[in-house]
Amino acid sequence: MQALRRKDILGLEEISAEEITLILETTRSMREIMLRKIKKVPTLRGRAILNLFYEPSTRTKASFELAQKYMSADSVSVAGASSSLVKGETLKDTVRNVEVMGVECVIMRHPVSGSAHYLARNINASVINAGDGMHEHPTQGLLDLFTILDKKGRLEGLKVVIVGDVRHSRVARSNIWGLKKMGAYVALAGPPTLMPPDLEAFGVRAYDRVEEAVENADVVMALRLQKERQDSGLFPSLREYAELYGLTEQRVAGAKEDLLIMHPGPINRGVEISSGLADSPRSAVLDQVTGGVAVRMALLYLLLGGIKEE
Amino acid sequence: MKKLLIKSGRVIDPSRDYDQEADLLLSGAKIEAVEKGLKAPAGTETIDAAGLIVAPGLIDMHVHLRDPGFEYKEDIFSGARAAAAGGFTAVAAMANTKPVADDLSVIGYVKERADRAAVRIYPCGALTKGLEGQELAELGRMQMGGAVAFSDDGRPVASASLMRNALQYAKGIDALIILHEEDPSLSAGGMMHEGVVSSLLGLRGTTAAAEEIMLARDLLLLQYIGGRLHVAHLSTAGSVEMVRRAKAAGLNVTAEVTPHHLLLTDRAVKNLNYSTNTKVNPPLRSELDRQALWEGLLDGTIDAIASDHAPHHSDDKDVEYDFAPFGIAGLETTLSLMLNELNANRIKNLTLPLLLEKLTTAPARILRVNGGTLRPGSPADLTLIDLKQKVSVNPDAWYSKASNTPFTGYRLTGAAAYTIVGGEIVMKRGVVTEKEPLLHG
Repeated sequence: MQALRRKDILGLEEISAEEITLILETTRSMREIMLRKIKKVPTLRGRAILNLFYEPSTRTKASFELAQKYMSADSVSVAGASSSLVKGETLKDTVRNVEVMGVECVIMRHPVSGSAHYLARNINASVINAGDGMHEHPTQGLLDLFTILDKKGRLEGLKVVIVGDVRHSRVARSNIWGLKKMGAYVALAGPPTLMPPDLEAFGVRAYDRVEEAVENADVVMALRLQKERQDSGLFPSLREYAELYGLTEQRVAGAKEDLLIMHPGPINRGVEISSGLADSPRSAVLDQVTGGVAVRMALLYLLLGGIKEE
Repeated sequence: MKKLLIKSGRVIDPSRDYDQEADLLLSGAKIEAVEKGLKAPAGTETIDAAGLIVAPGLIDMHVHLRDPGFEYKEDIFSGARAAAAGGFTAVAAMANTKPVADDLSVIGYVKERADRAAVRIYPCGALTKGLEGQELAELGRMQMGGAVAFSDDGRPVASASLMRNALQYAKGIDALIILHEEDPSLSAGGMMHEGVVSSLLGLRGTTAAAEEIMLARDLLLLQYIGGRLHVAHLSTAGSVEMVRRAKAAGLNVTAEVTPHHLLLTDRAVKNLNYSTNTKVNPPLRSELDRQALWEGLLDGTIDAIASDHAPHHSDDKDVEYDFAPFGIAGLETTLSLMLNELNANRIKNLTLPLLLEKLTTAPARILRVNGGTLRPGSPADLTLIDLKQKVSVNPDAWYSKASNTPFTGYRLTGAAAYTIVGGEIVMKRGVVTEKEPLLHG
């Protein structure tokens, strides 16, 4: 297998369709490993990885940690709260200290957009962006692409609708870039206060009404709605949001028969998506999580240029 | 009295539309004569200015010198040396120091240190106590102590009622108010211009309307009350249009623009990969805004060019984007950036006399300070310019303590060759020469 010719994975905006294809193919092999009884390969034995999380995370963090364990890497996880950040140490100092301990790859989640770029500029180790502010969450984007490809057999020509708080969503941004590069058609829907200004930058179309957006859709993806957006006056109440924009059987009735339902989690049941839909056979919510581990294994393998397995 | 003869330069004096080859004789701290073929007594120190432009000393009407309180970022002496290196003979220093320059004692401190600095420093006083936008500062006392204008720069005056009172009170003592126009409720959390690029980068945006709403409010108050307003660092097309209309309606308003708003757009934040040297307030705007600023500059809507020199220590800037302070250090790039535009012939109707007017006569007129002219009898503050000199922007070589600029590595044509303050050469070919060893501290 080839390796990725790059030091970092910072966002899907800067990754080519060829690279995405390579990552998705590698992900498929990695999922094979996950299905084995003994989920462990020696590929990254003796390699050191740091998981640096300045924001709370369950899914992404667990997913990266498991991926590292399955690949036999040595890793440590540092949470923002327990790190020296609270003692006033800068990000640059924190990571440089860890780097001289032998870390070759840093996985970072950070509340500030662009901080993954900042980090990558300042260290020699590889950086994988596990979410930077409202900017990108490339591994989530890749696992979503993988899930869609796995379920639909293709990405090209599909209509994918992203519903909800696109404005503040790094998941949406990564998905938009990834999907467009792979030839899918992307539509957005949600209240205008939750849409990013000047959408033409992304080359996608936004709809005010979900019903209109999901017409003939192959995939619909709901985004998590943060309660704090209500506090800053962007929408009146969770109740009203659910009634106007929440995904329900009825609301997605105009989509294709085999509509795939997705959500990056964690789900606010009954707000952005009804339980009925989230737990329906059409839902791929849990498949996304499985794919998440495999995608991260693939990225570690491709970035750290793992020794040939067989 | 010590004399200095400046021979055979192209003398441009925007204060009286003078543009011809001539000699200049300085006598002590004053200009004695400007004419062709001047004779000076044998032994008079002479600068051969053939091939150089001789202009009134440049005045930067908007700088932050960080002194007192943030001397690790800049101090009055380093800021003054940076000004001299950049061709400025005088600067107006903003009040957001620590303590805030909201009191006669701080104005006095700045003036006392300024006496020992390389260039003239005109302190601006705060408009409100502690820049808090609650109570008026002692404008009259500070004015008597030498404050040339009043501003809460860096912070907008949120309360319309306080702004009204400030205008009315300032009118009574004929004081100039400099405004930083920004609606804080609209700009809260904003890191850059709101638009295509902020959406792409996932950075919180500040809309053009945040500036325009406050400007509209203050122009309405000005129309109602009268007085003198100067709008700092105009950044949007809408603001330019509002100032244009206000001037047409006869309001006493002036405006300035910075080189970075004239030369860069929000694209720079992306192109420079989230470099915090692009983080500035008001933010780098859209291409349409940038073009409107040039139009405003050329048609007279915008009176002056000012650097808004905002020096920061690299420890403060070398962090994640949201955590970095706003500001670009511009004293040592402003003139070269503008001359380079002139040399590049990109802007139709941009001429050297017009450019110099915006950097000399206009700021002197707005601030009502001596200077901005080469009339005999005026202070011997001059800037000699080499239009052909090539410079490469390298903050490591600056006199400023700061290095926060998005222009690092730019190759520019045109620079100050000599800076002369009160008849003394304070900068020659990039080297700042101080009259006497300074007692810093």
